[in-house]
Amino acid sequence: MFEIFASFGVALGLIGGADPELARIVVLSLHLSLVAAIAGAAIGLPLGALIAVGRFPGRRTLIVLLNAMLGLPSVVVGLVVYLLLSRAGPLGPLGILFTPAAIVVAQTVLVVPIVAALARQTTEDAWNEYREQLTSLGVSRLRAVPTVLWDTRFSLLTVVMAGFGRAASEVGAVMVVGGNIDGVTRVMTTAIALETSKGDLPLALALGIVLIGTVLAINAGAYGIREWSARHHG
Amino acid sequence: MAERAPFVLEARDVCVVLGGVRALDGLSLTLEPGLRTVVLGPNGAGKSVLLRTLHGLLAPTSGAVSWHRPTRQAMVFQRPVMLRRSALANIRYALAVNGVAEPERSRRASSALARVGLSNIAHRPARVLSGGEQQRLALARAWALEPEIVFLDEPTASLDPGATAEIERVIASIAAEGTRIVMTTHNLGQARRLADEIVFIQAGKAVERTASDRFFEQPASNEARLFLQGELPWK
Repeated sequence: MFEIFASFGVALGLIGGADPELARIVVLSLHLSLVAAIAGAAIGLPLGALIAVGRFPGRRTLIVLLNAMLGLPSVVVGLVVYLLLSRAGPLGPLGILFTPAAIVVAQTVLVVPIVAALARQTTEDAWNEYREQLTSLGVSRLRAVPTVLWDTRFSLLTVVMAGFGRAASEVGAVMVVGGNIDGVTRVMTTAIALETSKGDLPLALALGIVLIGTVLAINAGAYGIREWSARHHG
Repeated sequence: MAERAPFVLEARDVCVVLGGVRALDGLSLTLEPGLRTVVLGPNGAGKSVLLRTLHGLLAPTSGAVSWHRPTRQAMVFQRPVMLRRSALANIRYALAVNGVAEPERSRRASSALARVGLSNIAHRPARVLSGGEQQRLALARAWALEPEIVFLDEPTASLDPGATAEIERVIASIAAEGTRIVMTTHNLGQARRLADEIVFIQAGKAVERTASDRFFEQPASNEARLFLQGELPWK
């Protein structure tokens, strides 16, 4: 019991003193997760809205598939991305395996289904409300896609944050395609796994606190923006 | 010259089946420019379905709705649907999707807002406006499209008397500029004030079409007489 408190104390010391190793890992982690969240949003938001508004054969199947992909085992995603990026793989010539870029690719693959599935739900609710009015104004279904995306922008912020959360807390896939190389591809989650297995609990705990704090802060911010928008935009 | 010819909207033997219910049952109606038509009828007669079908939001199960030439049309719903942006931007959006370019877009949007008396709230978010203001904005949005015919589905059903009077004034001005008005209402006083003619429908069929003055004094059909007695029992 005492050891836990002692580790906790050292962890807080590392955070308070802005330990350079800790800082480097945190910055890399947030940077990569942010890029993955943006890439995931750029693909997932329009995809979700297209499925919400569109009418095409296979739409139901696509929705079921998308919802199923929410539970995608991340290690398997890591394995598939690894195979694609490995030297013998189709994307091997890019030479990005075991680089931060590979981590972003794997994270993006994991973020897209979350963003798309949640965005579909959100934009479909809006579309049900707007359908008659927009059709009356002469808006085509394709033209309605950016309209419902823009009109649900405050709710979608929460969706993108959920995507960011998934990217930042990802371990398995990131470990497989990044390799957890010190100073190159070591991010918060893989560092926690490593330090814990090495028995360096203070650093692991410090990283854990920062990770949870970051996710909390970002979600609180998204919640605040939604509340504000509900008051000001209806 | 085809564009100059007056439009003709023709509904022929239109049946619309919704969820197994025959909402319109062999209804025929021809509309041309000019008059203000109010569609009356008991609840469930098919008034809203008729407007949506004429406007093209619902497809006839059988029969046909045809326009003899392309006609600019708009519709205002009982519950206005506003986009999450400013009042002015809501009108500009409608103009943009209809291919109205700047500076015409800005001119028309501002002038439509002014005509419904909402210039002072042009930059307020549309969805936080009052029900009456939102409905006036919906009218302005329809008006800005310079339609030749406007369908209004119970535009004042959820509004208080003050807001209702405002809406009626706007509808009268739209009609005065030559736009054909086709609306439904439950408010017989409103029908009297606004209508040139009444189309009375019941059970999805057009029962009679009579000049407004005559309809309220002496409807041609027994169904309409019973309807008026039910609504105005003191008569």
